[in-house]
Amino acid sequence: MIYYYKINCLPKNLKLIREFTTSALRNMPLSDIEINQLVLAVDEICTNLMVHAHHYNPDEFIEVSISQFPEAIQFEIIDRNITDFDISQYKFLGMTKIIQEKRKGGLGLLLVHKIMDKVELKQENSQNTWRLLKTLPQK
Amino acid sequence: MQIKEYTEKNIHTIEIIGDLDASSAIQLDKAFEDALLKGQKKILIDCKNLMYIASAGLGVFVSHIESFKEQNINCILYNMSDKVKNIFQILGLDSLLMIVKDREAALHSIQ
Repeated sequence: MIYYYKINCLPKNLKLIREFTTSALRNMPLSDIEINQLVLAVDEICTNLMVHAHHYNPDEFIEVSISQFPEAIQFEIIDRNITDFDISQYKFLGMTKIIQEKRKGGLGLLLVHKIMDKVELKQENSQNTWRLLKTLPQK
Repeated sequence: MQIKEYTEKNIHTIEIIGDLDASSAIQLDKAFEDALLKGQKKILIDCKNLMYIASAGLGVFVSHIESFKEQNINCILYNMSDKVKNIFQILGLDSLLMIVKDREAALHSIQ
């Protein structure tokens, strides 16, 4: 089963993406806490894209697809934008430094990495695909 | 998201209602800034109706931890749902901020 959602880049649409993701995950064997974590991880990527890559431009879109496999749930978030962001260079600043410098940002990608088992960013021409994988516990 | 605030016996309470995400975090930030400007030393955060928190919301709390220390401000969060608390726990923020069960416990701790 694949759940698919395409939406334009507006602040109010972040809540709609959360509702779509929650609704899809309700069909899977997950607790409310697990669903909330996964919704948050998808929300963080979508927020980063809408804010930093698309500057909330309503003429631009992002796509979210959720696929359930026997061993895992895969989330793909796709946008079209030329970016030089290199996920392999991502380094968390450290909580102590963030607190000392009174920073408000820098926690989103850390949360995504802590929640998901695998985080990849594939860049091809102007299409960027974030692929997030969450392994399901085997019974 | 909505913010409700009231001050009673030198204790300032901020109630967060709804989703605290990238589009609403600025409202909480302003509430903190205003409370600090007014010289509030005891701040309670009622999370009963906080339905969701994203990193932007967590960032508001994190960015004020140092100011709370510097200005000797006691800030306590209470009435937090398990799923919201879990997000604080993922980053270890439950050990950097005081989170208690309910208002009674919050009032007891802040005295």
